[in-house]
Amino acid sequence: MLILLVLPILMILLFGFGITTEIKNAKFAVYDPSNDMATQKIIDKIQSSEYFTLEAYLSNPAEIETIFQKGEVSLLVIFSESFYENMVHTGDAQILFIADGTDPNTASTLVSYASMLIAAFQQEQMGSAGMPPYQIHTEVKLLYNPTLKGAYSTVPGVMGLILMLICAMMTSVSIAKEKELGTMEVILVSPMPPLMIIISKMIPYFTVSIINYLTILVLAVFVLDVPIVGSFWLLTGLSLLFIFVSLALGLLISTLVESQIAALLGSVMGLLLPTVLLSGLMFPIENMPIFLQVIAEVIPAKWFIMAVKDVMIKGLGITSILTELAVLGAMAIVLIAVSLKKFKTRLE
Amino acid sequence: MTLRYLLEKEFKQIKRNTFIPKLIIMMPLFAMIIFPYAANFDVKNINLSIVDHDKSSFSQTLIQKIQSSGYFRLSDVSGTYNGAMKSIEADESDVILEIPANFERTLIKDQSADLMISANAVNGNKGGLGSSYLMNIIMDFNSDIRVKHLKIVDEVTIPAMEMMPLYRYNPTLKYEVFMVPALLVMILAMICGFLPALNIVAEKQSGTIEQMNVTPVTKWTFILSKLIPYWVIGYVVLTISMGVALFYWGLKPSGSLLTIYLFASLFIVAFSGFGLVISNYATTVQQAILMMFFFMLTFIFMSGLYTPVENMPGWAQMISTISPLKYIMSVFRLVYLKGSSFDELHKPFFALLTFATVFYTWAILSYKKTG
Repeated sequence: MLILLVLPILMILLFGFGITTEIKNAKFAVYDPSNDMATQKIIDKIQSSEYFTLEAYLSNPAEIETIFQKGEVSLLVIFSESFYENMVHTGDAQILFIADGTDPNTASTLVSYASMLIAAFQQEQMGSAGMPPYQIHTEVKLLYNPTLKGAYSTVPGVMGLILMLICAMMTSVSIAKEKELGTMEVILVSPMPPLMIIISKMIPYFTVSIINYLTILVLAVFVLDVPIVGSFWLLTGLSLLFIFVSLALGLLISTLVESQIAALLGSVMGLLLPTVLLSGLMFPIENMPIFLQVIAEVIPAKWFIMAVKDVMIKGLGITSILTELAVLGAMAIVLIAVSLKKFKTRLE
Repeated sequence: MTLRYLLEKEFKQIKRNTFIPKLIIMMPLFAMIIFPYAANFDVKNINLSIVDHDKSSFSQTLIQKIQSSGYFRLSDVSGTYNGAMKSIEADESDVILEIPANFERTLIKDQSADLMISANAVNGNKGGLGSSYLMNIIMDFNSDIRVKHLKIVDEVTIPAMEMMPLYRYNPTLKYEVFMVPALLVMILAMICGFLPALNIVAEKQSGTIEQMNVTPVTKWTFILSKLIPYWVIGYVVLTISMGVALFYWGLKPSGSLLTIYLFASLFIVAFSGFGLVISNYATTVQQAILMMFFFMLTFIFMSGLYTPVENMPGWAQMISTISPLKYIMSVFRLVYLKGSSFDELHKPFFALLTFATVFYTWAILSYKKTG
């Protein structure tokens, strides 16, 4: 039981810190056949930025191959010969960046950071000879997440995953367990109406989910520094609706299966995997092929996560999440109706 | 000799299980085909809203330059910043470029002008990369203007240089290339981690371990007989996965197959040893599943599957050094994509050898023949 309360904490910390898009101290190597004042200044400039750490100077081009194979360097900066001479006179000084393309995003981020540092160097050079001519200043504003923290997109995702996991999986397993043990029969012959039985089965998991929801929010705000920009009550209302949908799903699964193992496998294959892969929790949905995008449409967590991002991170009001609310509401009604109809009050 | 009979028992048990043989065949097939589609952090087709207050020839040229770069998809050209913000809020656009009124005139007259980029950074990857791609295009545009408008005499004072990027091993920056070798490891870890974790504890729950305990079989032989089947299963799983990687994704290892299987063998011993350790400590199947789930999650996230380990905070890097997954993950990527040979891989080799020895010994020690 304790694990139900600890799991969200573990997951939020792992996802929050483990998936980061920030780049710090990436190792780079230099091959510098000209070794003059311009190349020295450029190397210093790259090295002194927080993104890069200088790992090695290569002395001959043959090392280019081997340095990547050890997997220690992710960017290699190569200068052309007589760099300074060419830079000042002929204008065809060249810098070649060879990035380790195995990790595409890191590679393109590193290349664009390095190009920006060198462009800054170029401007300084011009600046020393007076004001650079025709200078365009670009001001960049990173909306909602100025420090580009990965946690901003993982917190809503983990929230969706945990609530889905606890509500749907645990409800279905616990009802299946009663069936397996035979205690369900005892309850069914009691004068209790079936609706009461279901509701009382759900309430403990409902309570646990509320606690998990609050734990995640507290961790998000105080440990990961992800603020709740929008209204807390709107967020809570949204989460209650989602919890309701998940409980209904759990109920539906439990009416379809007879054993705990089947319930567990059913929720893992039918809920956990699709939620992890297709809800936008980790992987952007827009990159997926169409057939996966279509499947994603029927995953409740997808709508929930979208709405949480809007309310919690972007701080939008209720009008911007009407679609998500409507879809989740419709899912809740359909699921409850189907599972009540399927819930057998008769003994086999 | 006893080992042979024990192995016969284990293999029969696995073969006659209704679920495990299907899992061994289906899971690698299914996962290797679907996962790379879903696990795609590609940053392409960034949706861009342009707010052009200037409508000059400069702003037109800039917009054209951006469009022809191939990174951006023009989602709309709004008249106002608020209009563009609306499309950001509705997730229809990722980046806004605002060109102020009189941009061209100011640039020519005052020798300097401003541009504004606002990026939706909820998805930090997309926001960050999107804005830096855009910055690079603008810088390029800036030097085009300089070259065009400065007189030849002045040109000497501009330090001119050309920057060229080249992406080794994955020139078109395909995301599958990055994910497929790592997924091989992940599937191997799932099967060679969960199955052993359930094995001994299942014998405990069904009571058959009692019979085992009263036989003269040594602990050493018993654990070895539990380990060898997973070795075989691991090879089967790995071979199927590599088959899918080759025939479906067209990826074949640029290094030697021998290196891959050598490292895989060490990893399987280490990880199924770890699974057996869990199985020895757990009293119920459910407990074993939850414990393994806990460790698996931690190991996978700290392994560098999604994020390079060196970008993680210090404590996470510490944890990752005690995760066998980290070493095998980097070895697979190195051998698959860069063709590294054994000579470059001494460090992960000894790390995995240590893990294999430690977990195997631990599995023997934690198995108690007393009830």
